[in-house]
Amino acid sequence: MTEERIYLYPIWIRLWHLFNAILCLILIITGISMQFSNPKFPLIRFDVAVSIHNIVGILLIGSYLVFFTGNLVTRNSRYYKPVISGFFSRLMTQFRFYTWGLFKGKTAPYPVTLERKFNPLQQASYIGTMYFLIPLVFITGLAMLYPEVIPARIFWSSGLHFTDLIHIISGFLISVFMCIHIYFCTIGATPVSNFNSMINGYHDGH
Amino acid sequence: MVKQFNYRPAWIVPILLISLGIIFTLCYSVYSKSGSNNPVIVTNAIFPSQDIRYSSHKNATENEKCFKCHGQSKYSYENSESRKKATKKMYAELIIDRLVFYESNHREFKCIDCHAEDYITFPHQGNLRMESKPNCLDCHGGDEKYARFHFENIEKEFQKSVHSEKHGDDFTCWMCHNPHTYKINARTNLNIKQTIAYDNAICLNCHGNLSNYQLLTDKASPNLLKKHDWLPNQKLHFLSVRCIECHTKKINDSTLVAHKILPKKEAVRNCDQCHSSNSELLAALYKYKIKEVRSAKGFFKGVISNDSYVIGANRNYYLNLVSMVLFSIVILGIILHAIKRIF
Repeated sequence: MTEERIYLYPIWIRLWHLFNAILCLILIITGISMQFSNPKFPLIRFDVAVSIHNIVGILLIGSYLVFFTGNLVTRNSRYYKPVISGFFSRLMTQFRFYTWGLFKGKTAPYPVTLERKFNPLQQASYIGTMYFLIPLVFITGLAMLYPEVIPARIFWSSGLHFTDLIHIISGFLISVFMCIHIYFCTIGATPVSNFNSMINGYHDGH
Repeated sequence: MVKQFNYRPAWIVPILLISLGIIFTLCYSVYSKSGSNNPVIVTNAIFPSQDIRYSSHKNATENEKCFKCHGQSKYSYENSESRKKATKKMYAELIIDRLVFYESNHREFKCIDCHAEDYITFPHQGNLRMESKPNCLDCHGGDEKYARFHFENIEKEFQKSVHSEKHGDDFTCWMCHNPHTYKINARTNLNIKQTIAYDNAICLNCHGNLSNYQLLTDKASPNLLKKHDWLPNQKLHFLSVRCIECHTKKINDSTLVAHKILPKKEAVRNCDQCHSSNSELLAALYKYKIKEVRSAKGFFKGVISNDSYVIGANRNYYLNLVSMVLFSIVILGIILHAIKRIF
């Protein structure tokens, strides 16, 4: 284990990350409550869940704009630019580490440095989530907030139902991402060191 | 020649009298059949009964006697005393659109099946305005042919409705179901949006039209948009559900459309009643369509999944299953990984 500490998470990223996590959690809980609403056992009263979901959804769009703009004007965007050549083999190397090497005490194949915040698996999942799933979920969510903009029919289904399907599937995948993301945060120098990193900004090396 | 010219045989007098009698009788019978014993002749240049859209109906020719005045906004007649032609405006509520009538459920009726035969004369006698109009049960009650509609149950529900309780006999079936235009809809139309628009138009005919609304009350008509401003996505709700979804209570499941209109305080305001897997819409708005689709394809809830969207009620079984399996695999993977890290 090295003792190096790298200042990797500037204050704007930590604040955005915290805000984004809270918003996503609220959206997932209210979304589940609406999707599986039951008059006898309401998780959250339906109209309350709708209002919270709508307001928090709009806040998430604002939060995303902060992330997107921040990445445009700072050097944080460099972490999200994958090197295409050999990307798949690097993914597999990282996958083998998580599923085998980690238990054998091997060192991480792509350790965190100032120039490489994410390993290939993190990079792929973060790009997929932040540049594909989140925009998809808020575009479909916005459309359902203003349903008059949705075409009456899309493919085989009513336009609204199709939009909702995309919204729910994206939301589900984000939920899955969050579960894996939170668990993998326990794989640090200590089980809590990565959580501390998002508070103090410093990454503790293994 | 002169003698021949002045010759007038005696037998020509009875022949002339008989001829005059025959002519008079013929004229009188034609005059009587026309139904008019007043010195006026109603005229209208257009005879739409010849229109192919209407002529196929068995009573189209007979009904045209009424439609030639009541089928348009004005009518003309010739006063046989003054010999002047007069054109008058037909009151809007007395105009019956032929096209709508001949598409309605009562299209094969003669006007005088329901209206007094004396209406055939013009000008109509004043006392005809007092004629009592038949209600639905007068024709449909106790008739095997209409048993599937359960008119008796509809009547029971209607008697308990706020309309009936507040206005008594003044509120008749015709207030909502215009006999000249009513067309069965929820039971036959697979296009839910059309059913919604048609049924909501029935309510809005009074609740969105002050002159109709004030036929039974002196109160000002409430502003429906303001009254429903609590409803999220108000416009979408108005286009996607019928007023009666929230403003009725079904007493008997045999009737397709509930007729017990609730007082406004008892209207549904609990979102879950529609937005849940046990959505009340399945027992009301979508009932007919679900039954049809199920009998055709054996696929329950196919309608609500494909043609419409109700948050909380649209649950795709296979999508739920796939998501549950995927989520379980992820959680199981995390648990196994964590255990292996610990031990």
